[in-house]
Amino acid sequence: MSETVKHDPNLAPVETPLHRFMSDFSDSMIAMAALAVLLVIVFIALFAPFISPTDPYDLAKVSIFDGKLPPGSVSMDGVTFWLGTDGAGRDLLSSMFYGLRISLGVGVMSGVIALCVGSSIGLIAAYYGGRVDTLIMRIVDIQLSFPAILVALILIAALGKGVDKVIIALVLVQWAYYARTVRGSALVERNKEYLEAATCLGLDNKRILFRHLLPNCLPPLIVVGTVQTAHAISLEATLSFLGVGLPITEPSLGLLIANGFEYMMSGRYWISFFPGIALLITIVSINLVGDQLRDVLNPRLQK
Amino acid sequence: MSDAPTLDVRNLKTHFFTKAGVAKAVDDVSFSFKAGEVVGLVGESGSGKSVTGFSILGLVDPPGRVVSGQVLFKGKDLLTLPKEDLRHLRGNRIAMIFQDPMMTLNPVLRVDTQMVETIKAHDSNVSKADALARARDALGQVGIPAPDERLRSYPHQFSGGMRQRVAIAIALLNKPDLIIADEPTTALDVTIQGQILFEAQKLCRETGTSMIWITHDLAVVAGLADRISVMYGGRIVEQGAINDVLDHPVHPYTRGLLGSVPGHNTRGQRLHQIPGMAPSLLNLPQGCAFQARCPKADDACHTEPAITEPVSGRAIRCVHPHLNADEEIGA
Repeated sequence: MSETVKHDPNLAPVETPLHRFMSDFSDSMIAMAALAVLLVIVFIALFAPFISPTDPYDLAKVSIFDGKLPPGSVSMDGVTFWLGTDGAGRDLLSSMFYGLRISLGVGVMSGVIALCVGSSIGLIAAYYGGRVDTLIMRIVDIQLSFPAILVALILIAALGKGVDKVIIALVLVQWAYYARTVRGSALVERNKEYLEAATCLGLDNKRILFRHLLPNCLPPLIVVGTVQTAHAISLEATLSFLGVGLPITEPSLGLLIANGFEYMMSGRYWISFFPGIALLITIVSINLVGDQLRDVLNPRLQK
Repeated sequence: MSDAPTLDVRNLKTHFFTKAGVAKAVDDVSFSFKAGEVVGLVGESGSGKSVTGFSILGLVDPPGRVVSGQVLFKGKDLLTLPKEDLRHLRGNRIAMIFQDPMMTLNPVLRVDTQMVETIKAHDSNVSKADALARARDALGQVGIPAPDERLRSYPHQFSGGMRQRVAIAIALLNKPDLIIADEPTTALDVTIQGQILFEAQKLCRETGTSMIWITHDLAVVAGLADRISVMYGGRIVEQGAINDVLDHPVHPYTRGLLGSVPGHNTRGQRLHQIPGMAPSLLNLPQGCAFQARCPKADDACHTEPAITEPVSGRAIRCVHPHLNADEEIGA
């Protein structure tokens, strides 16, 4: 029996969705390059302590006499500062590696939490409809009518400082985008017959929502997820730059930029410039990957 | 098996409250049947067949609402049952099969996931291995070759007929007492349709499952059902044993329907058709809904026709039934 199975004409070899997705994605050279850059950035962020030339937060090794050295300088101990040092004499390259770690960590963490919270709320709005839907979506509308940075500033002012507080603020700013996206595609899926069939099979609401409805809403969610994560990173950098974000003990890229800002006018551009470039590259590469994901996952653009 | 009906629908009324007015999609529909019986629910588009099916399961969406009536399933009224109890009946004791097999399976879940889920939703004590074994048996039962392989496939890897078999297998999983099949073969080609009908009939005989087969295809019902209910304008206009109704239709509408089916001895002749169009449910005439298209209509048709039993075992709604068997069908 099992021998004949392999020749079943109905079981012709099909391209798996994952395989098709990968080959579609690799169509764009720019997206592949952005993905490569993003992987390098993630690698640096994950392994910052092992690949940094020096530990910028080991006070015993940092000397104030090395402060404000231009890129390529050599310290008194013979260490080369490829990107120079900041005002306190810390190696900028190492600081950036550590800063990237914190920026990415906070951005991804808040992105993931916002995705879970926002998509659950959006699913509930779409599935139950009526008053629940109206109430949730009006809250979303109100929140989205304020600039994200303003909402975040107000929340930080109310919550206080700290990594957890920043993550909470970013989640509260971003859940609305996910809720709106998921609701949109869930409303389309909700009227499809397989969900009616699932109801007829007597499945409970939780199962229908998360097992049947959510997986069918994933494509737009993935796209919004990448773009919003980039947004979260830049929002966190903005908050830190303004001095209301992460505490000084957790220096993200935004804080590094703020640190060097006072030296900009005196010609010591590198202290702000290089963290800014790192932030730019991170956000641009995430957005490029997100763009390609959008093109690949959009059924209307499918070949 | 006892003589008590599996399902007893009494005076069911489902109305849709739209901005343009009240659409009486199901208006005073009554029927009942015993275990193992197949009832064909026949009518043209918009006659209320599908809404009747949905009303039984309590799945009428707003603006529709079951206005009055009773749906007694083994003595329990489904319309007054708490939601949670009703959910446990769905997919467990009463299952539904839909028209379009392309749409009724979740595209992103494997067949085994969907089947195991259906079992577990009603009995969380079943182990995964047992549930899989039951799923495999159900696939085998509906004639799917190599069920082990097929369990691990996604819906898009199946052809239309195979998908409908999977949908039927899912409906069978919990060995329901009643299956509501809403035009399950309409989207399939004729050979597959024949196979599905054969499987369905076999299953009802073997398991004692009752079935409501909703369709507009008289040929399908003729070969499958034990009894037939003909719907028009939200009402059942004629019901009875399948052969009686098909051989000696009494209601003018049934006669018209049967007259429109091409037959051997009418070859080359112009095919008979019922004049006019099905009336809008929003704007039904006073009295009999069929009066505008009926050759026998007169002033008496303006009053609501009562259900009568002119021949034993037959219920019709008409003041001018064709009781003379010699009259030519379609005349």
